[in-house]
Amino acid sequence: MNANNQDRVAVIDACRTPFMRSGTAYYDLMAWELGRCAVKGLIARTGIEPSIIDYVIMGTVLADVSTTNVAREIMLGAALPGSIPAHTCTAACVSANIAVTSACDMINAGEVDTVIAGGTESMSDPAIKVGKRYRRFLLDFTMYKRPKSILGKLQLLKGMKLKDFFAIERPAIAEYSTRLSMGANAERLARRLGITRKEQDDYAARSHRLAVEAIKNGIMKKEIVPVVVPKSGKVIINDNGPRADATAEKLASMKPAFDRHYGTVTAANASFLTDGASAVLLMKESKAKALGLKPLAYIRSYAQAGSDPWEELLLGPAFATARALNKAGITLPDIKVLEIHEAFAAQILANIRYMESEKWGREKLGQDGKMGVFDLERLNTRGGSLSIGHPFGATGGRLIASCCNRMQEENAQFGLVTGCGAGAVGNAIILENAQ
Amino acid sequence: MKYLTMEVTKDGIAIVTIDCPEGKVNKVSSGLLNEVAGNLNEINNDKSIKGMVIVSGKEDNFVVGADIDELKGMRTSEEVIAYITKGHAILNTLESMNIPVVACIHGNCLGGGLELALACNYRMAVNSPQTVMGFPEVQLGLLPAAGGTQRLPRLIGLTAALPLLLTARNLRARQAKKAGLVDELVPPYGAKEAAAKKALELAQRGNIKRKLKRSFVSFLLESNPVGRAIVFSQARKMVTRQTYGCYPAPFAIIEAVECGLKNGKAAGLKKEIELFGKLVITSQSKALMSLFFGMTDLKKNPQKSLARKVGKMAVIGTGLMGHGIASVSTAICDTILMKDVSLDAAARGMKELWKGLEKKAKSGAIVAFDRDVQYGKLIACDDYSLFKNTDLVVEAVFEDIALKKRVLADVEAATSERTIFASNTSAIPIADIAAGCKRPENVIGMHYFSPVPKMPLLEIITTDKTAPWVTATALDMGIAQVKTCIVVKDGPGFYTTRILSPMLNEVILLLEEGAIPNDIDRAMRQFGYPIGPVALIDEVGIDVGAHVAKELSPMFSKRGMAGSSSLMQLFARGYCGKKNKKGFYLYDVKKKKGQKLPNEEVYALLGGVPRKKFAVELIQQRVSSMMINEALICLQEGIIFCPRDGDIGAVFGLGFPPFEGGPFRYIDHLGAFCIVAMLESLEKIYGKRFSPPQILKDLAKSGKKFY
Repeated sequence: MNANNQDRVAVIDACRTPFMRSGTAYYDLMAWELGRCAVKGLIARTGIEPSIIDYVIMGTVLADVSTTNVAREIMLGAALPGSIPAHTCTAACVSANIAVTSACDMINAGEVDTVIAGGTESMSDPAIKVGKRYRRFLLDFTMYKRPKSILGKLQLLKGMKLKDFFAIERPAIAEYSTRLSMGANAERLARRLGITRKEQDDYAARSHRLAVEAIKNGIMKKEIVPVVVPKSGKVIINDNGPRADATAEKLASMKPAFDRHYGTVTAANASFLTDGASAVLLMKESKAKALGLKPLAYIRSYAQAGSDPWEELLLGPAFATARALNKAGITLPDIKVLEIHEAFAAQILANIRYMESEKWGREKLGQDGKMGVFDLERLNTRGGSLSIGHPFGATGGRLIASCCNRMQEENAQFGLVTGCGAGAVGNAIILENAQ
Repeated sequence: MKYLTMEVTKDGIAIVTIDCPEGKVNKVSSGLLNEVAGNLNEINNDKSIKGMVIVSGKEDNFVVGADIDELKGMRTSEEVIAYITKGHAILNTLESMNIPVVACIHGNCLGGGLELALACNYRMAVNSPQTVMGFPEVQLGLLPAAGGTQRLPRLIGLTAALPLLLTARNLRARQAKKAGLVDELVPPYGAKEAAAKKALELAQRGNIKRKLKRSFVSFLLESNPVGRAIVFSQARKMVTRQTYGCYPAPFAIIEAVECGLKNGKAAGLKKEIELFGKLVITSQSKALMSLFFGMTDLKKNPQKSLARKVGKMAVIGTGLMGHGIASVSTAICDTILMKDVSLDAAARGMKELWKGLEKKAKSGAIVAFDRDVQYGKLIACDDYSLFKNTDLVVEAVFEDIALKKRVLADVEAATSERTIFASNTSAIPIADIAAGCKRPENVIGMHYFSPVPKMPLLEIITTDKTAPWVTATALDMGIAQVKTCIVVKDGPGFYTTRILSPMLNEVILLLEEGAIPNDIDRAMRQFGYPIGPVALIDEVGIDVGAHVAKELSPMFSKRGMAGSSSLMQLFARGYCGKKNKKGFYLYDVKKKKGQKLPNEEVYALLGGVPRKKFAVELIQQRVSSMMINEALICLQEGIIFCPRDGDIGAVFGLGFPPFEGGPFRYIDHLGAFCIVAMLESLEKIYGKRFSPPQILKDLAKSGKKFY
C-alpha cells in the first residue's frame, strides 16, 4: 500500500469537539450528540456533499445501552443519508485509531472511496448496574422465571440480604483477564522499569504546560469545532483539562492514587475521565483529486499489535510502531512528528524505554536492536491525553488531527500516531505529509 | 366508480376507500358525494354487511376539504344551498346507519373531510406527524357547512369546539385524541385492518361508550342554557374585539352553533345551510378565496427545472431575523452555518432555535430525534472558514449598506460560483449592495418578515443581473420553507416596504396635524388591518422606520412627495419603539380597557397639545389610499408583475385587510372610478401625493377591472 504508484488513502481533514472533563460542560449530552458535532463540523469544514460518504465507523468504549451502534446514531443525527452504512468499533483506548485503520482497509480493498472515521465518549453518564443479586432477582421476576404464585415470588427473595438491594456495580477501568486496574498495572510497569515519581510528574507537568501554551497561542483552534450545548446555548470552544497551575512542584504534592503507600502513579500523572468526540475524513487519493480536495496527509502504513496483559499492558505504542515502521520502510528518527496517547506518564516513559532499548528491541519488538534515540522534543508538543484529556473512544481522532496540523506547520515529512489500549493492544499509524 | 372502491371482508365489514382521481389529495365534490350516496344505499340494502370503514386511498391525506374550485364555479346562492343540502342528506344517512361506521384517518383531515369523519360512529387516527385535523373554513370567510357546527360541539363540548371553529386551529393526532375528536390512535400502517377489526367489534358489542371529557368549569358552562349564553356572549365579544366586526363568518359560526344547541340539531343544520348560502356570496368570502387561489398558484415554481439543491446554507447575523430564517430551513438543508460576530452571539440565536424545535417536538409536529437532528444541522461560526461550497448565504445583518457590501465581499472571497448571496434587507436596493461585487449574477434579495416562522410572505427581489437559476433556487427554497413567495423587481423598498412607507408617512403627518395615536389605530383596525399603523411603527421600531424613510426619501422627493422628518427626529432623541419602551405608546404602564396608553411626551415633537379629533373615514381614506396609490405605481413601473402578486404581498406582508383581497381587488370591488374620485378630492385638500396614477385613470376610463 505504500508503493507510490498506487492509490493511497488520503486524510482530507480531521477535527474534534473540545474535550471536557466528565461531569462538566457536556454533563447533559449523550455520546452520540458529541459525535454528531464532530462529524457535522468535519462536513462543514471540508464542504463535501454528505451523499459522497460511503461509510461511517466510530469508536467508543463504554457504549450507552440505548445507542449501542453509536456510529449509526451519529450519522443519522448529523443528517447524513440513511443509505450510508455505519458501524461502531471498540478496542479500548485505540478505538478511534482502529476505526481509522479499518477505514483504510476498506478503501484499500476497493470497497469504498470515502469514509468518516473517529470516535466518541461520554463518561458523564456511564451505565451503573444494580448489584448482581438484585439484578438476578429482577430478571427472574419479570422475564425468565416469572413465578405465578406468591410462594414462588417469595422464593426468589430467598438468600437475599437487605444490602443486596442497594449494592451497585460501577464500570471498572480494569483488566478482566488480570483483574488489575489500569493504574495498578501502570504502577507495576513503573516499578519494573524503574520509572521514578519525579520523572512522571515532570512529564505530566510538561504535558499541561504545552497544552496551555497551545490553547493560548490559538493553534488548537484549527483542530476544534466549537460545540453549542442545546437548551443552555452555552458555547464550548476550548478544552478545560489543561491547567496552568500544574507545575512539577505542585504535582509532587499529590498522594499516589493506586498504591497509597509505595506507589508513584497519582491522579495528576494519569489521564482523567473526559467527554469528547473526533472525526477524520479519509478518501481514496484519486477520488480526492477528482473532487478537487487538498489532503492534509496520506496514510503511509499502519499496524496493530498485541502484547502480554500482565507485563506489557501499556506498551502498545512500542509494539505497534515497530511493525508500522517496518511496513513503511523508515526508521524512528525519520519521523519528526510524534503523537502518542498519554494514558499515564509512566506509560509514555515506559514506551520510550522500550523503543530505546537494544534488548527489548531484539527480544520483543522484532528489531535488530533499538528503534532509535527517542527525541522528546518531537513528542506531543501541544500536550497530550494527560492534560487535554482522554475520551476513550475519541482520542485517536484527536491524535490524527494534531499530527496532521503539526506536520503542515513543522513542514515534516512523516508523522506517527500511536496508542495503547486495555487488553494489551496497540495501534500505530504513520502519516506522510501531503503538501 | 370513479372516486370510491369498496371491498367487503369475510367478516362482513365494508371497506370504502376514497381515492379521487384528479390529484394527490381527496376533496369533497359533488361527484364524490353522488358516489357516496349510491354506496350507502347499497350497503344499507345488503343485510350481510355488519359494519363499515371509510378510509383514504391517498398516501398522506384523508380528505383535505371541499373542492373550492367547484364551489367557486357556483353562481347563485340557490345553487350552493342545493349542493350543501344534498351533502347534509348524505351525511345524515351515514350518521343514522344501522351498522357501525369507522372513519380511518391518516394525514390531513380538514373541513369537509373532518365533517365526513364526524358523521361516522367512531374515529380512528394514525398517530403520526402527518395527521392533522381542523376546520379552515373561517379563513375563507365561510363556516363548516356539512354539519361541523353541529356535530363538533356535541362530540367534544361547546367550549372546546368554538375555538376550533373560529380560529381554524389545527389539531395533531395526540391533541385530537386528548380533545376527544378521535376515539383511538393507531400506529402507521395496517390502520385499515385495525379499523375493520374495530368495526366488527362495535357491530358485535352494539354500542359505543364515550365519555365527554370536560373540566368542571366547562361542565358548569355547557350543561345549562344560562352558562351557554355566557359562552356565546363572550365568544361574540372576543370576535368583535379581534376583528372589529369586519368578518361576518365567525359570527355566523357562533349563530349556527347556538341555534343548534337551542333548537336541536335539525334546526341547527338548517341554519348552517342558510348561513352558508349567505356567506358564500359575500365580498369578504370571495376576496379570501381569491387569496387562497393566489397562494395556491404561488406554491408552484414556474422555473423548477433551473432550481439547484440547497444542501449547505449560511445565515449571517443570527438575531431575530437570522435565526428565524434558519428555523424555517432546518427541515430542508443538510447544514446551516450560523455566522455572527462572535460564537456567543451565534449561540444565542441557536438557543432561540432550540426553543422553537422543542415546542414543535412537544406538539407532535416532529419527533424528538428530528428535533435533535434539525438542531444538529446548525453550526456556530464567527468567521468564514467554513463557508466553502455553501449553496445559499442569507445575510440578515444590520441595515447598513457599507456593512452589507463588506459582508458580500467576504462571502465572495470565501465561496465560489455555486454560492447564492441573498440579502434580507427591507429597503436597500439589491443592485446597490451588489454594485462592484465579483458575481452580481449570484446576488438576490430574500426579504422575510418578522417573526419569520409565523409570517407567511417572502418577497424575492431580482436585479437586472440576477441569473435565472438563482431566482429559481431562491423561489424553490421559499416554497420549501412554506412561504408564499412573490418575485419583484429591484428598487428602493422593493414592493412591500415601498408601499408601506407612504402609508406610514401619512400616519406621521396625521400625528403632526394633532391626531391621537389610538384614534388612528382604531380607525385602521376598523378598516381591517390586523394591527394599527402607529402600533406597527412601535413594533418594528422607530429606528427601522426612520432608516426606511431615509432610504426611500430620494425616490419620493423626486416625485414631489417630501416625507416627514419626524421619525428621524424621534429616533435622534432615542425613541426606538417597543424595543426600548420609548415609542408612541407607553409600555411600562398597564393597558386601560385593553387599550394602550399614548406616550404624550412625543406630542411635543408632533404638533404639540391639545390633540384633535379626526373623522374615522378621513383617517381611513388618507392612510389606506397612500398604500393603494403606491401599489398602483409599482404595477405601473413593473416592480410587481401582476395585480395578484401585489395583492398577496400587501395582505400577507403588511396586513392589508384580507377580506378585501388586497389593494387591486379592493379597487375592483369599489370600482376604479370611485377611487379616482376619492383620490382627486383628497388631492385638492392635501396635495399632489394623492393624485391618482395614470394606470388607475386609464382603468377608470375604460371601465375595466384588474381581475
